[in-house]
Formats: sequence, structure tokens, C-alpha cells
Amino acid sequence: MAEKDLEKIFQDKVDAEIKIEPKDWMPDDYRKTLVRQISQHAHSEIVGMLPEANWITRAPSLKRKVALLAKIQDEAGHGLYLYSATETLGVERDDTIEDLHAGKAKYSSIFNYPTLTWADIGAVGWLVDGAAIMNQVPLCRCSFGPYSRAMVRVCKEESFHQRQGFSIMLAMANGTAEQKRMAQDAIDRWWWPSLMMFGPNDADSAHSAQSMKWKIKRFSNDELRQRFLDMTVAQCHLLGCEVPDPDLKFNEETGHWEMGPIDWDEFWNVVKGRGKCNRQRLRDRKGAYDEGEWVREAAMAYADKKQLRKKASQAA
Amino acid sequence: MSKKKNWPLWEVFIRSKAGLSHRHAGSLHAADAEMALEMARDVYTRRNEGVSIWVMESNNIMASDPEDKESLFEPASDKIYRHPTFYDLPDEVKHM
Repeated sequence: MAEKDLEKIFQDKVDAEIKIEPKDWMPDDYRKTLVRQISQHAHSEIVGMLPEANWITRAPSLKRKVALLAKIQDEAGHGLYLYSATETLGVERDDTIEDLHAGKAKYSSIFNYPTLTWADIGAVGWLVDGAAIMNQVPLCRCSFGPYSRAMVRVCKEESFHQRQGFSIMLAMANGTAEQKRMAQDAIDRWWWPSLMMFGPNDADSAHSAQSMKWKIKRFSNDELRQRFLDMTVAQCHLLGCEVPDPDLKFNEETGHWEMGPIDWDEFWNVVKGRGKCNRQRLRDRKGAYDEGEWVREAAMAYADKKQLRKKASQAA
Repeated sequence: MSKKKNWPLWEVFIRSKAGLSHRHAGSLHAADAEMALEMARDVYTRRNEGVSIWVMESNNIMASDPEDKESLFEPASDKIYRHPTFYDLPDEVKHM
């Protein structure tokens, strides 16, 4: 069949909300876009464990510690679901990881900010996971089957992440004056980076139109950012904390909150590797991978040996 | 493709409770079947999702080609006489 006909069949299926599965014909660019997006999503889950790991041994109580451990373990799992989804597209997990380590593949810029106090763990769960969920829920309906199925699992598991974060914020905001100050300080530092997580404004978003046509993306960056803003401002006020945006105002006519301008220079700086923790995160990630090399090799050698032994005993 | 010998890919199937069949849950890399089983437990059953796990090396799965979809599955679509609704019954027969 001619490429043009195949493309029409493909787009008709997408338009009819029929999922595309790995062995179905798909345009090269659709495959490339998915490999790029899903592997970046996987890298984000894995790198995202790093800013939180620092606080496992410093959690203020056993209850907070087990919750944080469970959240971080989920993130490892989410990274694995997503790497598996990229593998259905014919790439090897190790190759996508090499791209990350070589700086060719990105991960969410939010993880290049440091977690300075325990309140940051609250703010990360509440704001960063909150923004991630806002982005991920529509991805459950993504046109590519394996990605959509992975997102369904991720979203189901992740709903507790945001609650555990908010619960930390609530405890701090209702605590001593010093704890309250820490809560506000964490909000001041995480508020804007969280809003940047939705990506550039619609007018400047490079891949948006095509992704919408392919139903990989369902809502625009600005639409999702607005939903997040409307939800989160109210929650921030509930904490008795201030939103660090002097231009923030409620529009009675539209019923929506309106925010001040985002500092896109900061966003692009961090994307381009000049954030506070870019180098540290990549170094830690690469270190963990390289230092684990001998373990992976040893496990493979041991599996081969067991296999040989089994064969020998069967032959005897 | 990397030259290193990577851990092979395994498909994981989970029985969510007694009485139901195993269902595909996802995949993972592991050095051998025992390790695949242990990792499947950590990756796919963190919230009581299952009571039994199967793992199978992905290489061993033979899948049908989407291009054969018509020849494989179309013949069934016009055989309406394979369904009970094809047969008219007198009203007197209440259950059959």
C-alpha cells in the first residue's frame, strides 16, 4: 500500500479514537515523537527520585518516612512502565539511558531545583506531583496503546503522592512560627517552577499542533496551566500561605485566576543545563548506572551459569 | 544497539484474585526467570494487585501480524448463526 494511504488509515483510526498498537503501521515522526516524549517522561520519573532521596533518612517521623519511601519506590516503578512503553517502539532501554547520560535526552527541568528543607518535600508532592498529574491524566487517553496503559497505572498510583505532600504542608503551615516560615519559603521557591512544568506558552510551543492532531496531546500547555492555577491557588489559601505572585488576581467575569508573567529566561536557562542542580543530577544518575554495571554483569553471568548447570544435569 | 549483553525482556502476567485468569500487566528486564518473578512482584504488585504471577521471556511470544487482521478475523464477522440471537423461538419458550 502507498505511504499516503497508510497515513490516511492511520489518521482515520486516530480520529475515531481507535488506539494505535506497537505493530500497527505508524508515521515515522509519530514513532519518533513518542520515543522522545515517553523516554523523557521515564527519565523524569527516575531523576525525580534524586531530590527526594536526600530526605528519606531525615524525615521527621516514621509515618512520613514510610510514605516518602513508598512514593519514591512508585517513581522507580513508573520509570520502568514508561521505559517498557518505549521498548514496544523498537528502541532499547539502555540506548535511551545512554542518550540521557550523553545530554541528548532531557528530563523535566523541575528536578534541577534543590530540596533545601523538609517543607520542600511537602511542596514537591503538592505542587510538582500536582502539576505532573494535571499533565498525565489526559495522557491516559493518548492514541498510543502502551503509553496510555502505562499512564492509567501511573495516575492510579500517583494520587496519593500529592496528598502526602499536601499533608506535610498542612502540618507545617499549622505548626510553629518557624515551621510556617519554612512552608512559605518552600512555596516561594517551588511555585513558579511548577507553573513552568506545563511548558512554553501555546504560541511558542514547538510540537503542540502535530501532537494534538495525533491525539498524543489532548489539551494545550496554557489550558492545563490554567486548570492547575485555579485549583492550587485555593489550596494555598487554605494553608494560610501566600501565593508568590504580586500580579495574581481573580477575574469575576471568567471565574478564573489570572497570573503574572512567567520568567521564561529562567525556564530556558534550566532547560539548557544552567539550573542549580543540572550537573549534580546527571552526575548522580550516571554514577548510579556506572557503579551498578558490575552487578548487572554478575547477575547475567550467574543466570548463564545456572542455565548451563541445569542443561548438564538434564543431559546426565 | 548496545554491544553489551543486556538482561532479556520478560512479559508479566498477574492473576488478580482466585477464579480469574492471568492478565498481561507489563514487561521488565531481568537476568533470568527467578529474578523476573521477584522483580515482577516489586514492580507490578505493590498494592495487592495479585495472588499469582507468570513471567515469560518476550522472545518466546509469537504474535499475529496486524496486516493479517482481515484474513484472520473477518471470516467470523458474517457468521451470525454462531450467536444465540440468530434463532427465533416461539414466545412460549421462556428460557433457552
